Amino acid sequence: MEIIKTINLTKVYSNNGLEVKAVNHIDLSIEEGEFTAIVGPSGSGKTTLLNMIGGLDDITEGSVEIAGINISSLSENELIDFRLKNIGFVFQAYNLIPVLTAKENVEFIMLLQGVSEEERKQRSEYLLINVGLADKLDARPNQLSGGQQQRVAVARALASKPRFIIADEPTANLDSHSTANLLDMMAEMNEKEKVTFLFSTHDQRVIDKAKRVITIEDGKIIKDERR
Amino acid sequence: MKTIIKIAWRNIWRTPMRSLIVIGSIVMGIWAGIFVVAFSYGLNKQRTLNSIQNSISHIQIHHPEYQRDYNSKYFIKDSEGLKSTLEADENIKAFAFRSLLNGMVSSPIKSNGVRIIGINKNQEKELTRIHSGLVEGNYFESKRRNPVLIGEALAKKLKVKLRSKVVLTFQDAENNIVSGAFRVCGIFKTQYTKYDEGNVFIENSDLQRLIKSEEFHQVALLCNSIDQVDSTYQKLKSNLSDYEVKDWKAISPELAYADEVMESWLFLIMIIIMLALIFGIINTMLMAVFERRRELGMLMAIGMNKSKIFFLILTETFFLSLIGAPTGLLLGALTIKLTAQTGIDLSIVGEGLESVGLGSVIYPEIQSHFYFYISVMVFVFTLIAAIYPSRKALNLKPTEAIRTI
Repeated sequence: MEIIKTINLTKVYSNNGLEVKAVNHIDLSIEEGEFTAIVGPSGSGKTTLLNMIGGLDDITEGSVEIAGINISSLSENELIDFRLKNIGFVFQAYNLIPVLTAKENVEFIMLLQGVSEEERKQRSEYLLINVGLADKLDARPNQLSGGQQQRVAVARALASKPRFIIADEPTANLDSHSTANLLDMMAEMNEKEKVTFLFSTHDQRVIDKAKRVITIEDGKIIKDERR
Repeated sequence: MKTIIKIAWRNIWRTPMRSLIVIGSIVMGIWAGIFVVAFSYGLNKQRTLNSIQNSISHIQIHHPEYQRDYNSKYFIKDSEGLKSTLEADENIKAFAFRSLLNGMVSSPIKSNGVRIIGINKNQEKELTRIHSGLVEGNYFESKRRNPVLIGEALAKKLKVKLRSKVVLTFQDAENNIVSGAFRVCGIFKTQYTKYDEGNVFIENSDLQRLIKSEEFHQVALLCNSIDQVDSTYQKLKSNLSDYEVKDWKAISPELAYADEVMESWLFLIMIIIMLALIFGIINTMLMAVFERRRELGMLMAIGMNKSKIFFLILTETFFLSLIGAPTGLLLGALTIKLTAQTGIDLSIVGEGLESVGLGSVIYPEIQSHFYFYISVMVFVFTLIAAIYPSRKALNLKPTEAIRTI
C-alpha cells in the first residue's frame, strides 16, 4: 500500500534575489513497510525533501500525499495535528526534552495524542525495553550516551504509532558501535512490526542496511535502487 | 496539562541562577512597592489624623457668615440648644465650644500675628491633643489670671519662656481694639510647626471677659470614628440649617484631596514598579526561548500545537511570578507589621516633616485590599510579560529551529 507520494515536488530557496532549487520536481512513492534510505552529497536536497514530506517545510510547487491526504491543503494547526498522528521524527541531534526522563520523553508524545495514563506507561516501558533501555527508564538525557539518546528518540517516534518514521541522518552523531546497534534495532522493527522508515544519510552502514536506496543530486533523483 | 506544567517547572530550574535573580527582583520589587505604598499611606494618614486631632476635628459648626471674613461679630446663636443637640447624638464622641479671634501676640522683643482660641479647658481636653503635647508648664492649672498656652515655635520666635508675660491684642465684636496681658502657663508642640507658630490658647472665660461677650464662634466635634463622619455630617447639616456645618474635607480641602488621590497615586507607583519588573521577566523569558529554539522546534515538529507551546511559556513565566510574588507580599506584610508597631524614626529630618504637619516617626500602614490588588496586578503583568516571548516561540519555524546549534 502506498503511504507517501510526492508529485512534481519542488522547493526553491531565494537568497538575495538568487533562487536555488533545493528539490527539483521529484516524483516519489513509498510503500508501507519500506526501509528506505535517501542518499546524496551534502546540499543535494535530502533533508529538504524529508522536511517537505514531514510537513515541516513549505512546498514551492507540487504536492505531498500521505495515505491519500494532500498535506498542502491542511492549515497550520491541522498539519501539526496530522504530524502528531501520522509521522514519527528522529533527528540527527536526538532533540529529547532535557528535563524529562527517558520514559517521560516517550510518554510525552502520547500525552499530546490524549492517550490514557495507563496505556502511556505500558507502551513507553515496552518501547524502551525493546530498544534496549530497560535499565534507563528514569534516566534524563544528560545521563545517557548519544546512542542511548537516539534509541529513546526512536522509541519516542514509535510511541505515537505513526504511519512512518522520518529519520534525518540519525547516525551522524553516533560512534560505530552505537550506529550498528541502532540500525539493528530499527531493521528489526521494520522486519517484525512492519514500521516504515525513511532515512536521509551519508552513512554507508545505513545504506547497507536499507532495502531501497534513493540517490539524490542537485535536488533530483538520479537513482532509485531496490534490494 | 500536568506534564506541560511539570516541564515548565523543571525548565525554570535549568538555569537556577538566572531564575533566582529574576525571582529575587520580583520579590524586591513587590516588597519595595508594598513598603512605599504603606509608607505613603501611613504618612498621609498621620498627616490627616494630626490635623484632625490637633486642630480641625471631624466637623466644625459656625455662624453662616463667620467664615466669609472671620469677623468676630458672627457668634453662634443659641449655644445651649446646639449643645443639647450635640449631646443627644451618640456618634459624637466629644465637642468643644471655642471663641476665635485673629490678633497679635507681643513679647517685649517681638510681635506675631496669631489666632487666639478661647477654649473650655475640659471640653478641649476631650477634643484635641494640645494638653498632651505640652513640652513645658501645665494645662491651665495655674490659679493666676489670664494664662496662655503658646506653641514652642512661637515661644522661640517671641523669645519668651514659661511664666513670661505676653500681650494679646485683637478687635472685639464692635471693632474696638482690645488688649490683655497674659502669662505663659504652658508651651505645647504639635507635629505641625506652622500651627504651633500661629495659634495660642486661652480660657474662654478670660477672653469673654475682655470682649464682654459670652458667645462662641465655633463648635468643633469628633465622632467616635472617622467612618461615622459622613453620616453625622449629613445629619447635622440637615438639622442645623441656621448654621454652617463643615466636615474635615471641606475645612481642609488639601487633606481631602491628598486622601482622594492617594490610592490612585499608590496604584501608579505599583504600576511603575510592575512595568520595571516585567522588562526583567521578558528579558529572562526571551533568553530562555532563544536558548531553547531547537527544543521548541522539535516540540512543534513532533506535534505540539501552538496553544500548548504558548501555555508552556506562559506557565514558566507564571512560575517565576508565583514564587516571587507571594514571597514579596509576605516580606512586605511582615515589614509593615513590624514597622507599624515600632514606627520608622525619621527624626534626622524631623524639622522638615514637622513643617508640613508630620511627626518624625512614621507608622506604615496598608489596607488589606491592596494585597489583593497587587496580586491581581502581578497576574495581569505576568500575562503581559509572557506574551512577547511566547509570540517569539510561536513564530519559530520548526525546520529552522531544529537546525540551530
